[in-house]
Amino acid sequence: MSAPEDLVPDCAQRYLSSGFTGALVSASLRLVTAYAVHQLDALGDPTRRAIFERLVTRPRAVGELAGELPISRPAVSQHLKVLKSAGLVIDEAIGTRRVYRVDPDGLAALRAELDRYWTTALATYKQLVEHTTQEDL
Amino acid sequence: MTTRAQQTAIRTEIVVEAPAERAFQVFVDQFDKIKPREHNMLQVDVAESIFEAHAGGRIYDRGIDGSECQWARVLVYEPPTRMVFTWEISPHWQLETDPARASEVEVRFVPETPQRTRVELEHRHLDRHLDGWEGLREGVAGPDGWPLYLQRYADQLR
Repeated sequence: MSAPEDLVPDCAQRYLSSGFTGALVSASLRLVTAYAVHQLDALGDPTRRAIFERLVTRPRAVGELAGELPISRPAVSQHLKVLKSAGLVIDEAIGTRRVYRVDPDGLAALRAELDRYWTTALATYKQLVEHTTQEDL
Repeated sequence: MTTRAQQTAIRTEIVVEAPAERAFQVFVDQFDKIKPREHNMLQVDVAESIFEAHAGGRIYDRGIDGSECQWARVLVYEPPTRMVFTWEISPHWQLETDPARASEVEVRFVPETPQRTRVELEHRHLDRHLDGWEGLREGVAGPDGWPLYLQRYADQLR
């Protein structure tokens, strides 16, 4: 059996040859979560990009965004909904206002991904525990 | 509002009709079957996932061509009560090459009756995978920050 040090290159290679090539490699790779496709879609719209860029500089309420951009408040809300579902922004109630901010690190997306992963794993596990006999082990 | 600590962990649990000893043993011995195969970091299909059943043991995948990918270390191994292992896989399902960025998984086996066990799984310190982001975030307003990333996102769409 190989030493632990020898194990790394087999998957590190995958890292280098993975699909994330060109402009997305390096720093920006960290910004692309498992929801990359979703996020690309969400940011494909110029208005949504404008909203997102404003939230990057600081958190803002819906009304503020509507005041800064040539679109209605309901339209802003609709765009925020898309950005939120893509895991790009998070919202928080502050008093009577709902304030949106950039999800700083994609933690929500990571949590959702791992939650699915482990839920699947434990369901399989339950099947195995309850449907294998002691002799199978 | 949730706290930061709550946000950096996920918890899930399942009740199995088996004594704790057996529940623990199956988790380790059959880990190969339990682990979803959808995220494979090797270049070839996974033949087998191996869980070395002792503290300090490795958890790794072996590909059909014999190549191996270690993605976890066993930190705590206390049958039939609990185990803790590292999770050295980044949010992009790539190997974390910096051990400081590994999160960890604790699995606890809590007897409910002599024939029934509650298995609690906690995957915590998820923010470790995201360390370094703070520094990156400071630069987001500059020319190499978000405007550049957004341009790259846009370029990907063309």
